[in-house]
Amino acid sequence: METIKNLELTPGLLDYIAQWKDKPGNLIMILHKAQEEYGFIPRNVAFKLAEVLDVPLAKIYGVITFYHYFKLEKRGKNIIAVCMGTACYLKGGEDIIKELETILGVGLNDMTPDGKFSVEAVRCLGCCGLAPVMSINGTVYGKLLKSQLPEILSKY
Amino acid sequence: MPYKHYILICSGTACESSRSREIHDHFMKEIKDHQLENDVQVVKTGCFGFCEQGPIVKVLPDNAFYVRLKPEDVREIIEENIIKGRMVKRLLYNPKDDKGRHPMTDVANIDFYQKQFRIVLRNCGVIDPEKIDEYIARDGYKALEKVLFEMTPDQVIEEVTKSGLRGRGGAGFPTGMKWSFTKKAPSDIKYIVCNADEGDPGAYMDRSTLEGDPHSILEAMTIAGYAVNANKGFIYIRAEYPLAIERLNIAIAQARDYGLLGENLLGSSFSFDIEIRLGAGAFVCGEETALLASLEGERGMPRPRPPFPAVKGLWGKPTVINNVETWANIPVIILRGAAWFAKIGTEKSKGTKVFALTGKINNSGLIEVPMGTTLREIIFDIGGGIKDGKQFKAAQTGGPSGGVIPAQFLDTPIDYDNLIAIGSMMGSGGMIVMDEDDCIVDITKFYLQFSVDESCGKCAPCRIGGYQLLHLLEKITNGNGSMDHLDKLSRISQAMQKASLCGLGQTASNPVLSTMKYFTEEYTEHIQNHKCRAHKCSHLLKFDILIEKCIKCGLCAKACPVGAISGDREKGYLIDHTKCIKCGLCFERCKFKAITRG
Ligand SMILES: Cc1cc2nc3c(=O)[nH]c(=O)nc-3n(C[C@H](O)[C@H](O)[C@H](O)COP(=O)(O)O)c2cc1C
Ligand code: SF4
Ligand code: FES
Repeated sequence: METIKNLELTPGLLDYIAQWKDKPGNLIMILHKAQEEYGFIPRNVAFKLAEVLDVPLAKIYGVITFYHYFKLEKRGKNIIAVCMGTACYLKGGEDIIKELETILGVGLNDMTPDGKFSVEAVRCLGCCGLAPVMSINGTVYGKLLKSQLPEILSKY
Repeated sequence: MPYKHYILICSGTACESSRSREIHDHFMKEIKDHQLENDVQVVKTGCFGFCEQGPIVKVLPDNAFYVRLKPEDVREIIEENIIKGRMVKRLLYNPKDDKGRHPMTDVANIDFYQKQFRIVLRNCGVIDPEKIDEYIARDGYKALEKVLFEMTPDQVIEEVTKSGLRGRGGAGFPTGMKWSFTKKAPSDIKYIVCNADEGDPGAYMDRSTLEGDPHSILEAMTIAGYAVNANKGFIYIRAEYPLAIERLNIAIAQARDYGLLGENLLGSSFSFDIEIRLGAGAFVCGEETALLASLEGERGMPRPRPPFPAVKGLWGKPTVINNVETWANIPVIILRGAAWFAKIGTEKSKGTKVFALTGKINNSGLIEVPMGTTLREIIFDIGGGIKDGKQFKAAQTGGPSGGVIPAQFLDTPIDYDNLIAIGSMMGSGGMIVMDEDDCIVDITKFYLQFSVDESCGKCAPCRIGGYQLLHLLEKITNGNGSMDHLDKLSRISQAMQKASLCGLGQTASNPVLSTMKYFTEEYTEHIQNHKCRAHKCSHLLKFDILIEKCIKCGLCAKACPVGAISGDREKGYLIDHTKCIKCGLCFERCKFKAITRG
């Protein structure tokens, strides 16, 4: 476990932990910060957190795996989140995923070989009036047509 | 000095996605270029609700309502409307109807707003949510002042009880009663929680309220803190709502600066503070006991009730949990009085309800109507009817826990009890409109898939029952259904209702029961005739070439990805059904409608 001993958490995460350490129920907030810093929750970071926070590793993994938001795998540089909420489903959200698959060659929860894009499904981005909707790195694209995808992707 | 003009720009997530930020920047630049800084104020507001028409800009005092703006349009609005006082007709909202009306020069005449009544959304689209002074200017924090200095905690609870307010998070529990349980529970530490997890896919009422009027939630939670003697509040909000989180953070910081959160509020002896905690994408965490587990930093597993959180909640302490929309009603009830509030709505459902109106509807957006408004008024008057002149099939309320409302109930007044009586439920306020192109079995399968994915797995009826329901629905949509599956569906559904631990499992079968009741023949059609009238269930489709219409161009054969179409330009073409994967590409490609889809 040498790698974990020597692992230095990012300063941003360390600051955050210092702020939250004594607050009860802080684990989820700290995991959010970790994911913000690393893009996902790497194994050695989870080990390190167990040590720093003094909680069992099993609990950390228990929480990570319960919540869809936390990811254990490396994700692409740009994260495409296609809405699969009800409004978007009715208006063809599935076609958007299929079209992305055709264009990028990877399906849901997968990353392009060059690491540029990951495709994920989310439940309702809260812009149902604009269905179908997807977001790339948080920027929302609404009233999507399949034909607009190549142009949108080319911006990244 | 007051400004001569105010330009209100919608800055909700939906409008921001359609470039309202750029539009804002253009306005700032044009105002500077024309040296109008002292005459015009630009305000970034919350959602106007009419998301279909976004991005939207309103100019006051003219009341001009500009829709679907592009950044390029900004200069014209400045030069014409602001400088010359002439509205830019081509950019005004222009209802596409046959009543021969002209572009609307007054917001008050727009159908979308006419039957609406705004309590919860009173400040959305009116104030800049990032400025506490604007909230205060609209009587903000006055209700807090009133309770702190003129009312006893018991009087506050009595006022809320008398108003008849019921929880807007789904179950409709009387809010005043909930507070009184917590008040009576003996404990020196108590908590107030705002449920902003908004998990129903297809609903965004809470998001818009938080984005457009965050202070109203802070004020309401503080009032509840005073009423039940709690000093600490938590807002549990979905991580998927970054803009709402940002605005809440700003609002909390401002309220602390103004002495409206923290120690000795407004110089009184009462102290209260609020913290934000993020959810992490688990629908079940909207359920109150799971939410508390998640707030405690655990896996979000529901706990058996009783004990109810009102008595034994966060870290075992008495806790009031209410939904965002419930909270937003509180300051108004305190200021205008329970009697005023109780006049709105129906006998047992008081006040208004916010709905996220989406799906196959012309004016999709966020609406607020008095309880007791009929579905017909919502869909046809406010919503402007079904898209592309299609036939209304059903509206779905209550999300994965709810059911469908078919056309025969269009005139039923919508309130908690009526919706339950017809097999749906109010839910949090998602209202999804379906038309003839939507397959009822397919939608039901969609909801079941959702509940199966989101089941926490703690209890067997939900974990196994949900999966079995989904499996049966899959058989039916794949063409492998049999009539006795219908009976199985309803027996499993009833077992889940009775035996599941939490609301998720207890209600997950509602979509099944409700659609089987009102659309029995669609189920039988799928099973007996292998037919999906909406052409959604691809396994049941059969493509054929109509010889009379076919001009033997061969495009279909080229389009087919699996080579299921054989023939040549002499003899014509034929589809081999054993090879066909029912992708429908040939159907889309044929320009002569020579391919039939059955
Ligand atoms: C599976 C499930 C999901 C729920 N999701 C939400 C939600 O997203 N937002 C919410 O306010 N209430 C939700 N509820 C209802 C809460 O359990 C609780 O009744 C509500 O927060 C109480 O507040 P109210 O009385 O103001 O409605 C959910 C309930 C269940 C069973
Ligand atoms: S009903 Fe479902 S979600 Fe609720 S506790 Fe049981 S398994 Fe978990
Ligand atoms: S259903 Fe897609 S944004 Fe709500």
